[in-house]
Amino acid sequence: MNFDDTPQEAAFRAEARAWIQANAPKQYEEELRKSSLGRTVLKGANILEVAKAWQKKKADAGWACLHWPKEYGGRGASPIERVIWQQEEGPFGKLSGMFIIGHGMCGPTMMAFAGEEQKRKCLPPLASGEKIWCQLFSEPAGGSDVAGLRTRAERRGDEWIINGQKIWTSGAHYSDYGILLTRTDPTVPKHKGLTMFFLDMKSPGVEVRPIKQASGQSDFNEVYFTDVVIPDSQRLGAVNDGWNVSLTTLMNERMSIGAGVATGFPELFEFCNNLMLGDGPAIEDRSVRSKLANYAVKASGLRYTSMRAISALSKGERPGPENSIGKLVAGSMVQEVAMYALDLQGAAGVLSGPDDAEVAGKFQAMLLRAPGTRVEGGTDEIMRNIIAERVLGLPGDIRVDKDVPFNQIPTKGR
Amino acid sequence: MNFDFSDEQKQMRDEARKFLTEQCPPKAVREVLDGKAPYDKALWKGLAEMGFLGVAIPEEFGGAGAGHLELCVIAEEMGRANAPVPFSSTVYLAAEALLLAGSEAQKQKWLRKIASGEAIGTLALFEGKGNPSPKAIKLQASGGTLTGVKKPVPDGAIADFAVVAARTGSTGRDSDISLFLVDLKTGGVEAKSLTNVDPTRGQAELTFNNAKAEPLGAAGDGWSILTQVLDRAAVLLAFEQVGGSDRALEMGRDYALDRIAFGRPIGSFQAVKHMLADMYVSATLARSNCYYGAWALSTNAAELPEAAAAARISATQAFQHCSKNNIQVHGGMGFTWEFDCHMYYRRANATALTLGSLSYWEDQLIDRMRKKNAA
Repeated sequence: MNFDDTPQEAAFRAEARAWIQANAPKQYEEELRKSSLGRTVLKGANILEVAKAWQKKKADAGWACLHWPKEYGGRGASPIERVIWQQEEGPFGKLSGMFIIGHGMCGPTMMAFAGEEQKRKCLPPLASGEKIWCQLFSEPAGGSDVAGLRTRAERRGDEWIINGQKIWTSGAHYSDYGILLTRTDPTVPKHKGLTMFFLDMKSPGVEVRPIKQASGQSDFNEVYFTDVVIPDSQRLGAVNDGWNVSLTTLMNERMSIGAGVATGFPELFEFCNNLMLGDGPAIEDRSVRSKLANYAVKASGLRYTSMRAISALSKGERPGPENSIGKLVAGSMVQEVAMYALDLQGAAGVLSGPDDAEVAGKFQAMLLRAPGTRVEGGTDEIMRNIIAERVLGLPGDIRVDKDVPFNQIPTKGR
Repeated sequence: MNFDFSDEQKQMRDEARKFLTEQCPPKAVREVLDGKAPYDKALWKGLAEMGFLGVAIPEEFGGAGAGHLELCVIAEEMGRANAPVPFSSTVYLAAEALLLAGSEAQKQKWLRKIASGEAIGTLALFEGKGNPSPKAIKLQASGGTLTGVKKPVPDGAIADFAVVAARTGSTGRDSDISLFLVDLKTGGVEAKSLTNVDPTRGQAELTFNNAKAEPLGAAGDGWSILTQVLDRAAVLLAFEQVGGSDRALEMGRDYALDRIAFGRPIGSFQAVKHMLADMYVSATLARSNCYYGAWALSTNAAELPEAAAAARISATQAFQHCSKNNIQVHGGMGFTWEFDCHMYYRRANATALTLGSLSYWEDQLIDRMRKKNAA
């Protein structure tokens, strides 16, 4: 048991570190380091431009999408090398936020299902950040039950005509392409009538509208499709086999290891070290210490769980299912941490303006963003189902709509 | 990075599991639970023969000379099997104290006897209510003898010797405390067995009446040695707790698959599935914290105090969580004496207190994190 790199890993790390040292946009390092939770903002700079420039620089030197094959713009690196890169990239990795969906989900789906010519055309600019991709799955009628989606694709010769609405699409407003899951046959059970496409987001009939979230911010969009035309050559997988295609996409979403999930604990620990209560520093208060200790062991448990997965990668093994707990634990923990940090501020905890609130309103912002964390990318309940079914081997839910044609499934609760 | 046990260590875990599955089935645990024997003597002898009692004891003192990572994997299996033997008192507490502070002669005598299964040892620390604290130690040492009362002492009624924390000064400092080694079979000590929530691991009251004692470690070093012993034992006991958590989770999972209610396996109800998923989460967090503790213990790292406290808290929570919800999954049957669920529930709640309660370790963890932060 040790935390040492193998000689090959050490050599790779040294090479990555030297390149980052020489090329990273250092002027933003401090700001990036501080923006630990929520969205990354740079003062006096357009983060989209900074991020694209950094991604392009990486791509030109062979440091983009490390795990992708070279011919598609990657490096052909091993999974452990990808983790080492992430560790070395450190705060500059936060500039990859807007590429995560494209690189982590759309790219692998294209690689598995697109034609060779399309792959050579589409993947390198996706890797280099010149083109940004989004994922169009969720709908008002299909969130956790994504197979319940209603956006129609109807065939007309060599083309498909798309009508419907998507929701919760991250980055749709700055995306160039998207992968789109549609319903092509409503007369068969819901999983059997779906088809996947990719499309140009600038196609006529695509309209992107930002969603104002409960937090007051807008990170996501609604996307409306009105008679949008997609050539059949942009279909991914067979007609009505879209569900299987989407499983590839979603499986890749859950493979992100080593990125480290935010728990809010380091921020809370620092806060309690500095906060003065009536009779001394908060961290000397018995009840505060008990709460902190409970959060501490969750945070460290997640950290070491991730190290176990990295060790498996280092040995060339597939990481075990233990990594599936990260999002579930961290999501609700961030929310609890935020509530507790406000509680410690007493009545003044209600103030959220950066000038009045403690630590510039960091915990108030965390509180208001947290509900989304427990829903996006698989709700807490879906994550528990996944653990129960895939890790513990418990039976799947009894699905009352399994053998019912989609157009006969009830659409209203009462 | 190789944050995992080696193939050899995993092989040792498999051997231990096979041995305990055969030699320590629930029926054997029940013999002790039902008061038919104070501990499982045959199993103790078998553990000695397998080399498990002395796995971390150097060969020069009669052990296998493997190491603490090997001891961790065996500890996990002991917890999994709910073994009714004085393993934690003898191996995690007494042997660790001897390894840290014993003289050559003391180690030659007692470590050898531990490894061979001839001697059961324990640590006599507590004197009634409360958590580990130098102030709470009143038992007096004078002229090579001890006088006072210790309780609860784990496995105190069956122990052959005890490491005893005694007061040798009155300055109000930690250096008022020294450790002593007492052969419990030479007179001067009266042992009384005490009823406790986990009858498969005894608790006792030891009354010392001018009992002959030899110093263990330097005078005045007692508290500092004890702190280290408790940290080391915390990691090892945490592995037992993780083993118990996993077993409780498995029992719950298996029952949820088998039991039919409302026309379907109860494991197909989300209320039950989610409860089991949460148990898996607790057990996984605990296991990962324990691995870090194992690394710190085996390398004697500066991080050990923090790692030990984190492992202790996380594993205590996990075992309590898994064992109580295992009963919940089993419903009414889980609350019968006949089903094994309560044995894990009892063990979970007893081990939660053995080295000091959760609140004590929470306090320790934050102290240690602050120290690191300030450094």
